[in-house]
Parts: sequence; structure tokens; C-alpha cells
Amino acid sequence: MLIGCPKETAADEKRVALTPDSALQLQKLGYDCMVEAGAGIAAGFNDAAYDKAGVKIAKNAAALFKAADIVIKVIPPTAAETKHLRKDQTLISFFYPAQNTKQMEALAKNGTNVIAMDMVPRISRAQKMDALSSMANIAGYRAVIEAGNNFGRFFTGQITAAGKVPPARVLVVGAGVAGLAAIGTATSLGAITYAFDVRPEVAEQIESMGAEFVFLDFEEAQTDGAETGGYAAPSSPEFRQKQLEKFNELAPEIDIVITTALIPGRDAPKLWLADMVAAMKPGSVVIDLAAERGGNCDLTVPNEKIVSKNGVTIVGYTDFPSRMAAQASSLYATNIRHMLTDLTPEKDGKIIQNMEDDVIRGATIAHAGSVTYPPPPPKIQAIAAKPKETVPEKTPEELRAEETAAFKKQTKNQVTLLAAGTALLLLAGTFAPASFMQHFIVFVLSVFVGFQVIWNVSHSLHTPLMAVTNAISSIIILGAVLQIGSSNDLVLVLAAISVFFAGINIFGGFLVTRRMLAMFQKS
Amino acid sequence: MELGLTTAVYIAAAVLFILSLGGLSGQESAKRAVWYGIFGMGFAIVATLVGPGHGMWWLSLGLILAGGLIGYILASKVEMTQMPELVAGMHALVGLAAVFVGFNAHFELVNVLAMDEASKKSLEGFAALLAKKSQVEINILRVEATLGIWIGAVTFTGSVIAYGKLAGKVTSAATKLPGGHLLNAVAAIVSVACLVWYLQTGELAPMLVLTAMALFIGCHLIMGIGGADMPVVVSMLNSYSGWAAAAIGFSLGNDLLIVVGALVGSSGAILSYIMCKAMNRSFVSVILGGFGGAAGPQMEVEGEQIAIDADGVATALDEADNIIIIPGYGMAVAQAQQSVAELTRRLRAQGKNVRFAIHPVAGRLPGHMNVLLAEAKVPYDIVLEMDEINDDFPETDVAIVIGSNDIVNPAAQDDPNSPIAGMPVLECWKAKQVFVSKRGQGTGYSGIENPLFYKDNTRMFYGDAKASIDQLLANIS
Repeated sequence: MLIGCPKETAADEKRVALTPDSALQLQKLGYDCMVEAGAGIAAGFNDAAYDKAGVKIAKNAAALFKAADIVIKVIPPTAAETKHLRKDQTLISFFYPAQNTKQMEALAKNGTNVIAMDMVPRISRAQKMDALSSMANIAGYRAVIEAGNNFGRFFTGQITAAGKVPPARVLVVGAGVAGLAAIGTATSLGAITYAFDVRPEVAEQIESMGAEFVFLDFEEAQTDGAETGGYAAPSSPEFRQKQLEKFNELAPEIDIVITTALIPGRDAPKLWLADMVAAMKPGSVVIDLAAERGGNCDLTVPNEKIVSKNGVTIVGYTDFPSRMAAQASSLYATNIRHMLTDLTPEKDGKIIQNMEDDVIRGATIAHAGSVTYPPPPPKIQAIAAKPKETVPEKTPEELRAEETAAFKKQTKNQVTLLAAGTALLLLAGTFAPASFMQHFIVFVLSVFVGFQVIWNVSHSLHTPLMAVTNAISSIIILGAVLQIGSSNDLVLVLAAISVFFAGINIFGGFLVTRRMLAMFQKS
Repeated sequence: MELGLTTAVYIAAAVLFILSLGGLSGQESAKRAVWYGIFGMGFAIVATLVGPGHGMWWLSLGLILAGGLIGYILASKVEMTQMPELVAGMHALVGLAAVFVGFNAHFELVNVLAMDEASKKSLEGFAALLAKKSQVEINILRVEATLGIWIGAVTFTGSVIAYGKLAGKVTSAATKLPGGHLLNAVAAIVSVACLVWYLQTGELAPMLVLTAMALFIGCHLIMGIGGADMPVVVSMLNSYSGWAAAAIGFSLGNDLLIVVGALVGSSGAILSYIMCKAMNRSFVSVILGGFGGAAGPQMEVEGEQIAIDADGVATALDEADNIIIIPGYGMAVAQAQQSVAELTRRLRAQGKNVRFAIHPVAGRLPGHMNVLLAEAKVPYDIVLEMDEINDDFPETDVAIVIGSNDIVNPAAQDDPNSPIAGMPVLECWKAKQVFVSKRGQGTGYSGIENPLFYKDNTRMFYGDAKASIDQLLANIS
């Protein structure tokens, strides 16, 4: 089948759904690839690069739509593009079916299969095709870069000959994929980073990225993030009040605010209010990643950069991924490729749309002439593991008590053993003759020496230890050598055999030990 | 040579033997320590050959050299993977020698007791020593000799069976005669009865019956122990061979034999203890064979085993910085250590941190994996013990499990009803990604399901370990 990738027609959209790299991989799956002339230019992939990767070049969109069996895109199709799509063609693209209901219905009626990349369920197996996360990651990174561009000072603190520079303080609101990416970027630039999220279970992730979790002292049974597919749920008015109070307190100290708070299917919550902007220092920057859904900041104007009365820059761009078109395209193209890999189990270049598969079923919004949105809940739930019940830490007193108890127990054991041993020895001494006791002393002392010495043997040398003890246990040869001179023939024969066997053992044991030890080498 | 001088040499030999074992605390000092052992043995034999009580020293010397030649050839040819068999085989020889020497002590005793006072005076050496003994001392000597023979005989047949199991000549599954351990108990009781009988009569017949019983116990006991418990068995036999030597030392009144026997005996006992500890099982339960009964239904394992090909593993290794390899008996069976070492060399050449995690009971002999890796020239400083490396798994990008199963089973920690619950295991599932090289699906020796294979971050790399790693090598430069 032929995969076609048209040039994005939306204004300022620089991304492209097919890169030369992903085309090579798709060809391994048995597909042919085609791209509209000039589709990748804005993302830094020229037609020659595609040609080199074995991709056919279509002169215009019409030709491409006509030839392709599968159309891959970034932005939902425009009205014109929708007309090009025909029956039994498959479209793979972002689609936002909740907003584009009419278009979805039209395409379903038309018989086009539509796979919406934004509907890929958030389960572990589908992470490789989770394009929303890929784009959010880029948006988070770009948000920090954009902030730096508008912020007149360093991120990192420095002490220079020309004076001390304080580090920038960055607050990230909402620790989803974009938020975590922003935290990572800001901390690696050297900023002191704080982060807030309504889901307490992400505190660990925030701290792992190097930011400080802004802790709200609030008693409320939080909804479990796992139940809402890993997204945040709306919070109660009391909680919101507490949260805004905290932000008000922080606002004067913060240089850069990056807001990423979104709740699925709703307008973005207003979290950074006008009075907080007013409280910020001049020159500070607010980057609102939620601008597309109305923005988290009161003053945000979508798609624009404005400056407030007190000199705070508020950036409301909605096209952060497109501003990093090369990176965004390569990640998106890889997500698409993974989706196609799952759709092509036989690797023969033919799509098999297995509607039993959670991921494919979830992403498919139009199939075989009917609308298949919304999908049934996936069979596999759970994205974030439930927080484990923590074992209470032991206090120093408890630890000390435990140690004392253990010590006492050990002493008791040792004393008991010693007493028993002494009793046995006394018993033996009462009955056994002196000649036996002399040898017995030697025996007991040797066992003690043996125990002390062997405990220090390195674990890695246990095999050589066995070989060498084997060799020296042939010391039994002494007994045989002493007996071999006997006048009794049977004794002579038995002793001779023993000497012979022990001889094998002595040489064999020592030699094999030496062989082994010689092999142990340091790097 | 005078008796005093011989004793002096014996003391020197005993010190050398102790130093020889003590030197095994480090890889470098061990290379010197083995020479201490060799010289100790040399001194002891020479002193005995020229010392009082010797006779036909030329015969002894000839036999030692002849046996030595065989030992030399055996030891030069043996493959490192065959080390467990070799060690078990050598234990058998010591056991048999102990039996013979013990019987000889009996014959000599009978001889001496039959003599009259005049001829007793003309005796020398061991016989002279016997002639001076009182009735109580003679009885003690009889007990000592019997003990030496009994332990020696158990060691002999036990080691032969262990050898057979390790060499694959006897089935490694646990097999018992009908009656099981009851038979062993009966044999042990008969042995004690024979000892009493022997003490009263001083005849040969009870000795022979007792030896037969011991031979049976050794054979039947080890038959009933499965292949994976062999580390305990081999170290236990190691210990027995030492105790046998010590018992013979008592009966011959030879202190050097007692010292060395006690050293070897305690060494083997400690090894057995370490092995049992590593399996969280009591010594008795290992020797009696089989796992303890499960306390309840085992946890159901959910999910599926996901396979991966060499390409996928190579890609993951390419991206990883921290890699830990966990070898097990499967690596030894497939003779894959050279390929694994080559893989390690290439990965290390790329600047990756590659280490090995060794569980105490990995393989069929204590320290088995260390020797195999050393043979393949893996430097010993990247081969770490379980306790040293277990905390590092969370920071590890890729863990590769090669031919091990129970020692990486998370059920030991998660499932209180698992038969191996509480056994210390290598926590490889905490690594970001785990690859398991395994012949095929199915449970390990113990028949316990391994939830590791079903984890999200685990991929199964099916196939013979050596073939798999070689395939992998083709993808890594």
C-alpha cells in the first residue's frame, strides 16, 4: 500500500508527518511512501532527502490524495482536504473528534477510515505512539527557551568579577509531560525551579526532575490520577482557594511562570490571576501553554505576546511544537511509524485494523462507514501505580532498642553454646583417657582456626577453595604411607591403593587450583 | 628421621595449610597461598616417607608419582565447566582412601592383639603405638576407625552419585527408593548396632555390614537431591571428606591428619551454611530433598511473556550506559561464557559500565560462575556478589539474565506463599529493562512460575544462550 504525506496547509504549520528516516522504516514494513513536493522544507527536509530515502514525490496535493491508500498528516484535515479523501482510504492524523464532530461524521459516511493520533489511549504499550506526549514534551522545552528569550537575565546564578548574578526562579504549574519537560529544561539551565500540581502522586516525579514540589497543606481525599487516565480532575472550590493563596504568596519572588494546567474536555482553569501578574517584578515572563484552551493566565491573548502594565511579558503562543519543526516532525513521524507497525502485524505492507486491540480501537474514530467515537474504556487500566502504603520509619529509640535486643539475644546464644560445649568437653574428659584428650585439643583448636580462616575467604574464590581443600584432604595419604610397610598383605594392598588415589588427588587438586587462580585477572 | 623432627615438620606443614586457606581471601594473595599448600603437602609426605615407622618408601613414592601423573593429566585437561564433576570425583577418592586406611587400622589392631608380649616389644611405628594401648584406648580407637570408615564410605558413594549427576550420567532429578528417608534411617540405626557389635567382638563382619550401610546411605541420600541443590551437596561432601580424615587421624594418633581434617571439615561446613543461607532453607531440608510445602495458593501470574530478537536487544544495549549481567547454570550448560565475555569486552570498549551479579547458589558449585567468567578473561573486579550489587539495579539501564531462573524470581519477595519465599534474590526487575536469555517458555528446575518473565519491562530472548549471544555479537561492533 502507498502512504502519502501532503504538505500541511494550515498557516504557520511547519511540521510534516513523514521524515526520510521514518520513510526508510515504513518501507521495511512493506509500504511505499510518497510525499507532496516541498512538504518537509519548513521542517528542514528537502525533496532531495526524501528522494534519497526512496520516497516518491507528488507534484501537488490532488495527485497525492489520488494515489495514496493511507494519508498521514499532522493537523486535522481542512475542508478542502476532506473532499479529497475517498472511500476505503485511511487517514492518520491529529483529529480532536470531540471538537470536529461534523467532519468526523462526514468522513465516516464517506467510508474513510480515520485514526486519530490524539485518541491513542495512555497505556504503557501505547507510549511509543503517544503523539500528544511527544508534542507536549517539545512544548515544555520550547516554553523555557521562549521564556529565556524574553527574560533579560541569566537562568543560572553566577559570581563574576563584575558582580553577583542571582539564579532565576521558575514556577511550573501542572506537572504533566509538558510540565516535567519544562522542569527538566529549566533546572538544566541552572534555574531554581518550583512546580505545582493538583495530583499529589506526581510529587515524586517533580522531585526526580530536580524541582521543588510546592506543597499545599490541604486535607482532602484527592481523586486517584489512575482513574482519570493519568490526567488531572477539576478541584474543589476550597482547594482552589488555598492554591491561589499559595500562588499569591509566591508571585513576587518568581521570575518565570510556565503554566501547563489542562483538564480534559474543559476550558483551561484560570490559575495565574491578574493580581498575581501585578505582583511580579518587571521583566518577569509568563509562558501560557494552555493558551489554546483560553489560557491559565487572566491576561493571556492566544497566539500573541503581550506586555502587562507593570512590564511582565505574557506569551500565549499555541504553536510551540511547530516552532521546533525539525524535532517535532521527527518525533511525530516516529509515533506514526509505530502506529503503522502495530497496524501491520504481518509486515507485508497491508493494514489490518484489529478492532479487538485496545490501542487501535481507541484511536479509530471512523471505521467501515460508521463513527466509532467515543471508544469503550480500554481493557487494561492503570497508568500510574497507586501510591504504596509506606511503612512508618522507625524512631532512633526503637532502632536502639532493637539493636540491644539483638545483641542480648546473640550473647545469650553464644553463652548457651559455650556452656553446652564445655559440659560436653568435661563429660568427655571424665571418661576418655589422656591420650585421646591430647588429640582432641588439637582437633577443637583446628576447627576454631578453620572457622575463623574460612569466613574471610572471598565468595568468588569458593571453587578454588573447594579444590584446594580437596587437595589437602589427601593428607590421609600419611596414614596409608605409614601402613604400607605392614607385613600383612591385605593391609599392604589397601594401603597401596590409598596412596595411589591420594596421589591423584594431591597433584590434580593443586594443579587445578593453580589453573583457576591464574585465570582471575584484574581489569 | 627422629619422631621429634617429624613432628616439627608436621607443625610447619599445618601452619602452611592454614596460611594456604587464609590466603584465599583475595585473588592476588591466593596465587601465593596455593604454593603454601603445595609445600605443606610436600614437607608432610617427605617427613613421613623418611620418618619413623615407614617401610617400603620406594613403593609409596612410586605410587604417589604414578597417581600424580594421572592427576596431572586430569587436571590439565579438565574444562572449567566440568569443575563441579572433578571436585565431586576427587572427594570420592579421599572417601575411599579413608575407608581403606580405616580397615587397615582394624587389621593391624587384630594382628597386634594376637601377638605375645615379646614380639610386641619388637614392633615399631604404628603397630608399636597400638601395642601400648590399654583396653579403653583400644575401644576408643575402634570407635574412631569405625567413624572414619563410615564417613569415608558415605563420602565415597555420595560423591560418585554427585559426580554422575553433575556429569549428566545420572538423572539430575530427585529420585528415591520406595520408603524414602525411612530406609536411610534404618541403615543408620543398623550402623550404630554394628558399632556396638564390633566393640564387643572386634571381628571383621560388623565392620563390613557397617560399611555396606554407609555406602547405601551415601548413594541413596544424594540420589534424592535435585540438580540445583548440588552446591550444598558438593560442599557437604567436601566437609565429610575432611571429617573422615580427622577421624582417621584420631585412630592413627596423627595430629597433622586431625588438623587438616578439621580445617577441611569446617571449610566445607561453612560453605554449606553460606549456600543454605542463600537459598533461605535449612541444611536439613536441603539434604532431605525437595522444597518445603507451599503455605497456600501461589499468586497468579498475569500478563504474557513478550519475546524480542537480537536486533532489539542490540539496540537497547547500544543506548544503555549501565548494564548488569546475571549468569546462571544455563550459561555453563551452553558453554556461553566466552561469548558473554566477548560481549562484555565490546560493550566496555564503548565506555559502558558492564558488571556481573553473582548469586551465591548460581551454578552447581560454590563460586562456579566466578571461575567460568575468570576462564573467559572477564576481570574479577567487575564480577560482584549479590550484596554488593543488589542496590544498584534501580540505576541500571539494562539487566541481562543468562540461564538463571529462581535466583531472579521476584515471587521470593512478593508472594509469601511461594515455596521460595524469603530467599534472597537479585532484584533485576528494578532495572529499566530486563532481557532474559532462556531456552524456551516453562518453569525452572524447581517448577516455580517466575513473574519476572511477565513484567512490563522484561523481554524474553529465546534460544540457546551461546547461539543467542553470538547472534547479538553480530549486531554489536
